[in-house]
Amino acid sequence: MKYLKNVATLELDREKCTGCGQCVEVCPRSVLAMRERKAQIRDRDSCIECGACQKNCAFNAVSVLSGVGCAQALFNAMIRGGEPVCDCEKGNTETSGCC
Amino acid sequence: MCRYSNRFRMGYRVEPGLYACGNPGDSSPVLVTANYRLSFNFVREAMAGHDVWLLALDTKGINVWCAAGKGTFGTAELIDRINKTGLAGIVKHRTLILPQLGAPGVAAHEVKKATGFEVHYGPVRAKDIPAFLAAGNSATPAMRAVSFTLPERTVLTPMEFFPALKKYLWVALGWFTFMGILPEGIYYGVALAHSWPIIAAGLLAVVIGAIITPVLLPFIPFRSFAAKGALAGAVMVSPLFYFKEHYFLGSTTLAAGAVLFFIAVSSYLALNFTGCTPFTNMSGVKKEMRFAVPAYLAACGIAAVLLILYKLKEWGVV
Repeated sequence: MKYLKNVATLELDREKCTGCGQCVEVCPRSVLAMRERKAQIRDRDSCIECGACQKNCAFNAVSVLSGVGCAQALFNAMIRGGEPVCDCEKGNTETSGCC
Repeated sequence: MCRYSNRFRMGYRVEPGLYACGNPGDSSPVLVTANYRLSFNFVREAMAGHDVWLLALDTKGINVWCAAGKGTFGTAELIDRINKTGLAGIVKHRTLILPQLGAPGVAAHEVKKATGFEVHYGPVRAKDIPAFLAAGNSATPAMRAVSFTLPERTVLTPMEFFPALKKYLWVALGWFTFMGILPEGIYYGVALAHSWPIIAAGLLAVVIGAIITPVLLPFIPFRSFAAKGALAGAVMVSPLFYFKEHYFLGSTTLAAGAVLFFIAVSSYLALNFTGCTPFTNMSGVKKEMRFAVPAYLAACGIAAVLLILYKLKEWGVV
């Protein structure tokens, strides 16, 4: 299953890429692949913007605006203000059914 | 995806620290996990019969994926936990195996720099760890992929349906009151007799948005969840028009207002399901909301005008 086309903010700078393959390994959606000893974006539309690739790139070659792909979190942020996050901190007993 | 990964949270925590699973020695693998009991138990059960170390990070009882997103399953906590447990003195090797879904929180190169331990990302699911270890710390593409099958979607629907139902009680109360209002006051007998078919129709919209759309997700056209929900709602709620004698007291105005509102309801609930899926992203949800929120406001506004018009007609004002 795929989500909306041409919205993901993932970018890769092949100049900075050293071809270590770490970003390819951490991606849970097979968005990145190795080509000619460097990483390349194989399928940007599958990106869920989790940020794993950016976090694990030691050479700052990958960038993505990471965040939660959850409408409820965005609605909450819209109403209460602040960053869109889910409510995991609430504690276990009063869980909203969400995390 | 947070809600997806946390679907069976039961509210137990494991004390953070190093645990022995089987009879590990100084060359046994070290698996890192969250101190959410269910995550921890998944790993422990998957590793039954193997000798490994389990390093539970303090994620405040939150699963790996959610905690990584928040940074509690993160670089600083991992480095701190390695130091606090004295792991470097317990094992001879310098390799850690982390769950794939912990990667958004942990910078492997920073862990290596600070502690000397090299981070290897293992499979998404704990049950694949033995195969991963046997293959020399190598995961197949299937082990790295997150799935979202029909049963996986179905088990999530109660998490959408019951909170929605709770909110819907207020909507039902609104219909009840609205239908009972007469120029002389509120008549409860009238309210009940006239509102329950509409309330039932609305319940259908809740079921469509919170259960049917998620279950049939890949089979409903459009990529946008709001559009999927609106389409499913339109297809299934609109036929009630033909039964307006039974549901809407024979009034086209009332039927139009109610149906429009219910289509918006099922679209909104379907849009909320984005948080349950492992394939949506924030940029996409933001884009959907730029269209959906004005559309919902417009639908509610038009519905309100139609309902007021219906009341005025009922009272013989117009």
